[in-house]
Amino acid sequence: MMRSLFPVLTVVIGIFVLWYAGSVALNTPWALDKAKRAGLELTTAEIIADTMNQQKPKLPPPHQVGQEIWKTTGAMVVRGKAFSKRSLIYHSWITLSSTLQGFVLGTLLGISLAVGIVYNRTMDRSIMPWVIASQTIPILAIAPMIIVVLNAIGISGLVPKAVISMYLSFFPVVVGMVKGLRSPDHMQLDQMKTWNASAGQQFWKLRLPSSMPYLFTSLKIAMAASLVGAIVGELPTGAVAGLGARLLGGSYYGQTIQIWSALLTAAALAAALVGIIGLIQTRVLKRMGMAR
Amino acid sequence: MSWIFAGLFAWLLGWGINVWLSNRPRTRLTGIAVPLIFGLTLVAIWECVVQGFSINAVLLPPPSMIAVRFATSLDILWQDFVQTVIKGALSGYVIGCGSAFLIAVLIDRFPFLQRGLLPVGNFVAALPIIGMAPILVMWFGFDWQSKAAVVVVMVFFPMLVNTVQGLQATDHMQRDLMRTYAASYPQTLLKLRLPAAMPFIFNGLKISTTLALIGAIVAEFFGSPIKGMGFRISTEVGRLALDMVWAEIVVAAIVGSAFYGGVALLEKTVTFWHPSQRG
Repeated sequence: MMRSLFPVLTVVIGIFVLWYAGSVALNTPWALDKAKRAGLELTTAEIIADTMNQQKPKLPPPHQVGQEIWKTTGAMVVRGKAFSKRSLIYHSWITLSSTLQGFVLGTLLGISLAVGIVYNRTMDRSIMPWVIASQTIPILAIAPMIIVVLNAIGISGLVPKAVISMYLSFFPVVVGMVKGLRSPDHMQLDQMKTWNASAGQQFWKLRLPSSMPYLFTSLKIAMAASLVGAIVGELPTGAVAGLGARLLGGSYYGQTIQIWSALLTAAALAAALVGIIGLIQTRVLKRMGMAR
Repeated sequence: MSWIFAGLFAWLLGWGINVWLSNRPRTRLTGIAVPLIFGLTLVAIWECVVQGFSINAVLLPPPSMIAVRFATSLDILWQDFVQTVIKGALSGYVIGCGSAFLIAVLIDRFPFLQRGLLPVGNFVAALPIIGMAPILVMWFGFDWQSKAAVVVVMVFFPMLVNTVQGLQATDHMQRDLMRTYAASYPQTLLKLRLPAAMPFIFNGLKISTTLALIGAIVAEFFGSPIKGMGFRISTEVGRLALDMVWAEIVVAAIVGSAFYGGVALLEKTVTFWHPSQRG
């Protein structure tokens, strides 16, 4: 852990340096253009200063994005308007709730499919290839259609987005759980048989516990996928609410700073959600005596 | 009413055949036939349910209608396919995977960079990268270049992480053996470590196929010229012409599966020695 801290920090600092360099390079043309129209000659220092503080920069430097995020989260909380429509907390909450809903549904669907696949030969042979094929289909592309169709039959709001998240997140769970439920070897299964264990006992006491490491690994992937699904699901609803809507709204009006702040918030959200699952994983596996 | 009974019949028939086939010894033929019958049964049930309950075609068009639409608008579908898949997804895929591979080989020489970049790369691979799409569309314009850029960004990190991991997959014994042969660094790389990394590299390549298509299509939602699969889907949804949308989805499904299958086939020939391919 400590051994890799220093290299990781170096890489992160490197990314920030590159980011600043990139925003200077990308924003300079606009600064020069502005100066030319005003009839001014700019020194290099003035150009750099200008690229750091533009209204609609091509690539906003990190501190501008940071200020925007603070303005739309922390400052809103201080003023007691944490859930106003201009605050990123509100938009994150919208996205988070459909992410979680889709994640839970996807996990349940994934686990039940996996149980079916493990216990039923016909399901195994007929469904498993389709589960894999379903992921080679770029499902995100039909997100707008799902939204519109569900809207037409009177379902709107969170559910359509959650359906997309569910579709994206069930796959890693199915694959991981099938692997996990099949992970007990012959010796262990035979042991259960010598104890005259029923199918239920075999499932609850052997198969399910031994699938836990696989489950958590796939839950992390599923969570990340679910967030992507929720964000993309917000695009076709006409940019009403949510982080995806902030992205789309920003791209309509050229508000690059808004896009970047929404993007970084989404990244932080993803990191936090995956991190939480990681924490639960260590706890649970330690309690079960499976921690490595 | 007869449609509903037909649907029930199709369901029972398909499931019955599959149960019968699955309980027979597994052969190559049944391995293909069982999922195929399952899929056909689903399509038959879909058709029967839509016809039987007379569901509005705006909500869920029956497969027959989609097939007709598919057959009658081949030229539009082909044009969209060229714009999105060939120009956007494929060029981005090649550039993204290629550069990630080269950078991974470079990183591999410096353990310091490796230790720093792997956690960061793993982290970035879990982020909703697709959100970069509006920014890249702004930078590179509406045409396919911006789509290719989105694809590059999307496939880069999964590919990088997988390649770096793959290059570490050789064990000490094997590397020591190369040293006793007095093999130089390029020799070790070409004859031992790259071949050993192939399963990982192909894993990255396979993940990237889906990501590339998703990236190219979703990026078109943020702006595109008047062709392309993503453009077509978002506009036809707006016009409630769902049969056209489904036709595009069929194209996307075929392309996605073919792309994945092609890479998987290549993997089979390259990594024939790996246990997962021999089983």
